[in-house]
Amino acid sequence: MLSRTANSIYWMSRYIERAENYARFIDVNYNLSLEMAPGTPEQWEPLIITTGDYELYQEHYGQVNKTNVVSFLSFDLENPNSIRNCIIKARENARQIRPEITKELWEQINNLYYYIKEERDIENVLENDPRTFFNEVKRGCQLLYGIFDSTISRNEGWNFRAIGQYLERADKTLRVLDVKYHILLPHTRAVGSTIDLVQWGSLLKSVSAYDMYRKVYGTIKTNDIAEFLILDRYFARSVLHCLTQAQTALHDISGNRMGYSNEAERTLGSLKSHLEYKRIDEVIGQGLHEFIDDLQKHINEVNDAIQETFFHHEMSQDQYQEQTSE
Amino acid sequence: MSSIDFSHYEVETFYDEMFDTSGQVRPGFQLLRKKFEAMSRERMKQLQYASDRAQRSIGMTFNVYSDDQGIERILPLDLVPRIITGEEWSMMERGLRQRIYALNLFLEDIYHDQKILKDKIIPEHLILDCPSFLKQCVGLDVPRKIWCHIIGTDLIRDANGEFRVLEDNLRCPSGVSYMLENREILKRTFPDVFEQLRVRPVTDYAMELRKTLAHLSDLTSPTIAVLTPGIYNSAYFEHSYLAQQMAVELVEGSDLLVKDGFVFMKTIRGLERVDVIYRRIDDDFLDPLTFRKDSLLGVPGIFDAYSKGNVALANAPGNGVADDKAIYAYVPDIIKYYLNEDIILKNVDTYLCSREDEKQYVLDNIDQLVVKKTDGSGGYGMLIGPKSTREEQNEFKQKILDQPHKYIAQPTISLSRVPTMIDGQPEGRHVDLRPYILFGEDIKIIPGALTRVALKKGSLVVNSSQGGGSKDTWVLY
Repeated sequence: MLSRTANSIYWMSRYIERAENYARFIDVNYNLSLEMAPGTPEQWEPLIITTGDYELYQEHYGQVNKTNVVSFLSFDLENPNSIRNCIIKARENARQIRPEITKELWEQINNLYYYIKEERDIENVLENDPRTFFNEVKRGCQLLYGIFDSTISRNEGWNFRAIGQYLERADKTLRVLDVKYHILLPHTRAVGSTIDLVQWGSLLKSVSAYDMYRKVYGTIKTNDIAEFLILDRYFARSVLHCLTQAQTALHDISGNRMGYSNEAERTLGSLKSHLEYKRIDEVIGQGLHEFIDDLQKHINEVNDAIQETFFHHEMSQDQYQEQTSE
Repeated sequence: MSSIDFSHYEVETFYDEMFDTSGQVRPGFQLLRKKFEAMSRERMKQLQYASDRAQRSIGMTFNVYSDDQGIERILPLDLVPRIITGEEWSMMERGLRQRIYALNLFLEDIYHDQKILKDKIIPEHLILDCPSFLKQCVGLDVPRKIWCHIIGTDLIRDANGEFRVLEDNLRCPSGVSYMLENREILKRTFPDVFEQLRVRPVTDYAMELRKTLAHLSDLTSPTIAVLTPGIYNSAYFEHSYLAQQMAVELVEGSDLLVKDGFVFMKTIRGLERVDVIYRRIDDDFLDPLTFRKDSLLGVPGIFDAYSKGNVALANAPGNGVADDKAIYAYVPDIIKYYLNEDIILKNVDTYLCSREDEKQYVLDNIDQLVVKKTDGSGGYGMLIGPKSTREEQNEFKQKILDQPHKYIAQPTISLSRVPTMIDGQPEGRHVDLRPYILFGEDIKIIPGALTRVALKKGSLVVNSSQGGGSKDTWVLY
């Protein structure tokens, strides 16, 4: 597989996952804002902090309110990570690798792209049932995962897609946990033992964990939530599960089963085993925020190692000259 | 709801492919007329809408150069197919075969012994002054002695319905993906008529193209790649489509590198050799070491690898000398010279401004003629006499006087017309025809073509960049 092709699949996958996560974050927050007690501020600021683009937001909008935040995260072309930009970039990458993917997959990416292109009016979306819009995006992305799984061979392309998707997912789970946990925790302590079910439930819902979490733990407790989202072996969005899946894909690419055969495998493998033997009280004792910060740094290192190992021939994407065609 | 109605359809003074001058429906088109007349205009518009959607969903879009990179357009597909009978087709097939065969011999000769120049059939200066004649190719032995592998000849039908060749495209002819995907859409749109008429299939094209390319290598399973300038190129859809259909690699210049005289792709496992390249990058941009030094699209050293016989390129660099508009006038002589045959598919009458008497004729009759730059393409750099202003005519006269050898002129041919749905009603629109020819072990012509249609009323310009659309072309048995 061409290095450029592998790179495009990896990024296509990350952008799709990012778009889906954003759609879910906004949807959950929107839903939450409907149930807030009178006088409590809506939680739009933490949402932008979660995405890591708070500075950019302040430059463009200043004031934090629902309309601005939804616009910034969904449609704003100035925000490189807005849902719209993610879908545009995912489709651009898909165009690069058209011969590697199936007609079904390509057509669905295109459909999503045209949906996003046409639905550009924030007022419109907010007035007419905004949740339909976020659901369409989520469903559109989930459809892509399904088409990928059911039409693409388990080849190198499939594996690079998996690596991109799981690293992106791990990163997003960590971000949500980090921001929300620290906003909710002091509040919870102050009130005593009861925790705000609506608020903590929304944290879980932001990463589609609400149903699966309750099946495992029954009741909602802060440490259990952290444990589930970071260390659970089976939950599809827990950090450990994501890293395990990414590791399997890396091994499938190299054919190596033991230890590591390249830098990507080494960084990811050591990060995964670090998590595998952690206990949550250890993590909390050490400081959850510091722990998450450290994890994110390591995930970025894995990303860099993948770039270095597989895509290092990559040249500038801007090389473009015109030639007339017959 | 009103039905589609042919009773007001005007043939006017043109050759209409559906109706003869007495208003009778020509063979093949009867079923189609029945089908359309049983259909409401609303239904027709719905089908058109669905077809546009389908094109976008498949990604059949192109970027127009003058537009922003973000703007993609579809080439509008008119849903009235154009029908060509088996008899008409087999005549054309014979003519194309003869023409391609002769042009290939011409290229082999021009880059070796130049007998045709020594025998004074073609004036030497015409070749040596031609910018598409590449001195770097002189003496090159190309694989299987084939220079033009993938051809898309432009034909028109004149006022008598006779097919004539307008241009031999031997470099990077585009549009074949439209032939293939238009067919898929039309089959879905009118399955019943399609089946009853018994239309010849075009589905073999991609596999035939792959065979044509593989034929250029001695290896049993050579590594084949399509070389594209990238996703912003107006024909990118086609490049990716063909790579995908042939199941070969799609590469950009930066994916390749030349080492020790061989061409390699940069893969996740290191370098992998490439044996055959279908390049959709023009000669000029192919190799900055040999041609344009500022080219970023090309691959440094690829021409050297090619001339050593270590990689095959299709089409061969240097082909432009054979489809140059000035050489075009000599094609009948070329056929006679190499094959000792008379030309089957005639040219359009052509005046060469490099000839004193013909130049004078062009200057005197410029308002009646179509003037073309010999190295122009895509409908740019041309003057359509009867539709031009006095100012434009004077501008072109000056250009001709300054560089006579760069211009040719042809009579304004009233291209044939085919009914085209305009707002749910049929109106006559002018068309041309581009069949696709492959030269591998043998010359193979896929029974189908891209029909380009000038959608603007009265327009003779069918180019996609200038308001053209397309039609599916149905070749019958």
